Amino acid sequence: MPKDHGIGASSKRREDVRFLTGTGRYTDDINLQGQAYVHFVRSDVAHGTINSIDTSEAENMPGVVRIFTGADFAAVGSIPCGWQVTDRFGEAMQEPAHPVLAQGKVRHVGDPIAAVVAETKEQARDAAEAIVVDIDELPAVVNMKEALADGAPKVHDDLKSNLCYDWGFVEDNKAAVDEAIKNAAHVTTLELVNNRLVANPMEPRVAVGDYGFANDESTLYTTSQNPHVIRLLMGAFVLNIPEHKLRVVAPDVGGGFGTKIFHYAEEAFVTFASRALRRPVKWTSTRSEAFMSDAHGRDHVTKIELALDADNNFTAVRTETYANMGAYLSTFAPSVPTWLHGTLMAGNYKTPLIYVNVKAVFTNTVPVDAYRGAGRPEATFQLERVIDKAARELGVDPIALRRQNFISEFPYATPVAVEYDTGDYTATMDKLEEIMDLSGFEARRKESEAKGKWRGLGVNCYIEACGIAPSNLVGQLGARAGLYDAATVRVNATGSISVMVGAHSHGQGHETTFPQVIAEMIGIDESQVDIVHGDTSKIPFGMGTYGSRSLAVCGSAMVRAAEKVINKAKKIAAHLLEASEADIELKDGKFSVAGTDKECAWGDVTLAAYVPHNYPLEDIEPGLEETAFYDPANFTYPSGAYACEVEVDPDTGKVTIEKFAAADDFGNVVNPMIVEGQVHGGIAQGIGQAMLEGAVYDAEGQLLSASYMDYAMPRADDLPFYIVDHSCATPCTHNPLGVKGCGEAGAIGSPPAVVNAVIDALASGGKNVPHIDMPLTPHRVWKAMNA
Amino acid sequence: MYAFDVTRPKTVDEAVAALSQEDAQALGGGQTLIPTLKQRLASPSALVSLTGIEDMKGVCQDGDTLVIGGGTTHGTVASEGGAYPALAALASNIGDPAVRNRGTIGGSLANNDPSACYPSAALASNATIVTNSREIAADDYFQGLFTTALDEGEIITSVRFPIPQAANYQKFVQPASRFALVGVFVSKHADGVRVAVTGASEDGVFRWSDAEDALSGNFSPDAVDGLTASADGLMTDLHGDAEYRAHLIKVLTKRAVAACQ
Repeated sequence: MPKDHGIGASSKRREDVRFLTGTGRYTDDINLQGQAYVHFVRSDVAHGTINSIDTSEAENMPGVVRIFTGADFAAVGSIPCGWQVTDRFGEAMQEPAHPVLAQGKVRHVGDPIAAVVAETKEQARDAAEAIVVDIDELPAVVNMKEALADGAPKVHDDLKSNLCYDWGFVEDNKAAVDEAIKNAAHVTTLELVNNRLVANPMEPRVAVGDYGFANDESTLYTTSQNPHVIRLLMGAFVLNIPEHKLRVVAPDVGGGFGTKIFHYAEEAFVTFASRALRRPVKWTSTRSEAFMSDAHGRDHVTKIELALDADNNFTAVRTETYANMGAYLSTFAPSVPTWLHGTLMAGNYKTPLIYVNVKAVFTNTVPVDAYRGAGRPEATFQLERVIDKAARELGVDPIALRRQNFISEFPYATPVAVEYDTGDYTATMDKLEEIMDLSGFEARRKESEAKGKWRGLGVNCYIEACGIAPSNLVGQLGARAGLYDAATVRVNATGSISVMVGAHSHGQGHETTFPQVIAEMIGIDESQVDIVHGDTSKIPFGMGTYGSRSLAVCGSAMVRAAEKVINKAKKIAAHLLEASEADIELKDGKFSVAGTDKECAWGDVTLAAYVPHNYPLEDIEPGLEETAFYDPANFTYPSGAYACEVEVDPDTGKVTIEKFAAADDFGNVVNPMIVEGQVHGGIAQGIGQAMLEGAVYDAEGQLLSASYMDYAMPRADDLPFYIVDHSCATPCTHNPLGVKGCGEAGAIGSPPAVVNAVIDALASGGKNVPHIDMPLTPHRVWKAMNA
Repeated sequence: MYAFDVTRPKTVDEAVAALSQEDAQALGGGQTLIPTLKQRLASPSALVSLTGIEDMKGVCQDGDTLVIGGGTTHGTVASEGGAYPALAALASNIGDPAVRNRGTIGGSLANNDPSACYPSAALASNATIVTNSREIAADDYFQGLFTTALDEGEIITSVRFPIPQAANYQKFVQPASRFALVGVFVSKHADGVRVAVTGASEDGVFRWSDAEDALSGNFSPDAVDGLTASADGLMTDLHGDAEYRAHLIKVLTKRAVAACQ
């Protein structure tokens, strides 16, 4: 029987009570006494020199408090990049300044030039329209290869070129990889685009700055996945505010998907302006602003070559990728195409030789950074597509080709510098074949044919590195911060518990799942445990939520802190029960003395800790509260196998997804319902990328898909029912919960399954199409099949 | 939005009077106008809401004609337009429930978006657009992109649809907006077949006369086989080029005829 509480139970999401009844408290719900509103004047050209900004008319308009331009920020720091990549030649990446408001030049449509602070939103907008900005438009660079051509316009005049870095990984393998490809029995080559995406969380970004001059303290309320990271970056690098004078609060946040990790100019602006004006300043993004100011995702152009021997064993992989950075380096941008992408190029396969080359390029587009999966979807997509293409070229079954090359012994050190601790790729593939009923595919294909439709099957595997951490490792790789996490377990006198965590929940359900772990450890009811997150003044210095890290890293910190609490509580219990500490056992919320019927309740011990009348004060301190920081020994490596069946309408090219299954290995699972929900959401985003979504710029750097009229988000009727399974679990070997993380899997694993299925469907209709770039819109599919 | 006044007249006469103010703008369900105002792309001095005029609402049958008040929502046409099933089906697939509960047929026809659904129904059905001052045949009404025969301040009070012997609308949706990437309305009347195409042309809704001629002689999908819709003057955008749209016109016309059988 499934558990009804603790680890493994599908406890209902307690946060949904407020989310579903409209009683959540989001940043835009925060309105402070005396608050003013800011409206940003943004560039409507992609590249240009600012000749002048005339604010004279606007300054005298009703309600205007003050107008800021780049000149006001001349002495303010640059928005920092959190990661430094070293190139193939040992040189540091080229790193341009990133001003809060444009300094002399604009570099993408949406680049903020000036900001009007006024009494009302409408007054701020009215005045913003009266500001006259004289810009000499410059030729824009949008296409990455053109941006690297000799004589191309430079996005940043003070850099040598538009090349951020030229990265080789592992550079020492390059010659051997080249040699293996030259000597291979077969080489399959695929050129592809990983389409640019806009994250589009339901809640747009919002920031409220609130400066208290009496104590010289700044508070920033913001839509962030990691308030401590924002405090660190903005306080130390941009505004020079020491930690004890800066509080960052990220209350309820309506979805992040990566794009709310980063420190943005608007956050620094409202904090700065609030200090300057001594009143709260608020900014709420419109959806239109979000399209041109939220960091975008993906945008890689790749050539991948897969070499095989005469027995179809993979012998080498070589890739060359152009990765779009946009106009500035967003917080984690340089790490995405390198360490979150290159290190995953082994996939689930024992390819002995791998070389990854990445050229990161500045263009006159919105900055690009991590988006659900971040680098790993790009790695998975190219690898699983080229394997499918190889199977087709060689006339072998694509599943058999994968199985033949699976890594089967763990731990496994890949040729791209990571060590997988556990996994069982054969088991997940077996499970996939079962839940997808793959043996029934040919019959389903015939049914589709009878309706005049072409049916295709696509299968792929994925591996991801999650639980983004090991500080010493990421430090070697260029991270400028640690990536541990932290938790404080505060036991109250009556035994209830508040856990202050560094992770941030913006849809993940931490408020439900973290208490399940504590309840399991102590044997008390989940309702006795609450989570506190999202406020740097309340939580320890943890690094937030991204990279499927919350439970694996912060959850582990919480377990360590709870273990400390339990150890101390046992000491108190030993005193109360007049027994030796070594004989005390904790079970079902009761302390007992082994081999006796002596026991006392959890609440007796916690009360004694805070009312220490009968208490060993000479040996232990009163109170029951412990903090732990946790820095894991390795990444975690969730993996899985996905399958998709599609029907293609030969008359129109329209693709419908008929069946979709995911077999995932997440290690141990705390709440199966929430895990399945995460997989569902991830697959929806993956199908969105594969079928619908695409941010498209024209040659002048105008974003053509700048609203929902042209940017297609997946809707419920675009999506199939999902068959999901996570029973093939190989627990992580190095964290105390044995968990691996599930937040990104669906988005990583699903795009290649969809594209492989469409290519297969076209083949069944006699159309031999080697590849179609995402999104697979009816128009693109029809063009490809009629090329 | 810029500031504006709002009036909510109860009768057509009051509305016409209100619209005679300078820069006044009629507001139907607001499904196009409100987003336009929010983007500050229009700045009327006054909005004259037509939603309070009860005489302009509702669906009724007058002999072999279905009469729909100009202020009738898509949702109402979908649920009460059963006497003309193809039209009710068209209305039931416009936008989403929120759009269908606010948007009106008069608003849609007055706006004449080149990708909207209703213009194809009106043109294929040989409908009559009835305004506060006159009756306009559909063939004379649609005059290009967002352009109609309506004069300044003229209000669509009702639309009269002759109920055809058979009709069907095929909509191929643009994936993002779910407007018609191409929509084809085929309508068979005693005096012939009319085929109207929306979503495709740079000039808005139009009749595909080659298909009308072929289908008037032989109302079967095969009749279209030998025809090719011209790509000249068709739209090219992110979601489909002119050639693809031309191809879809033929595919959808055949499907519409097949659905009529």
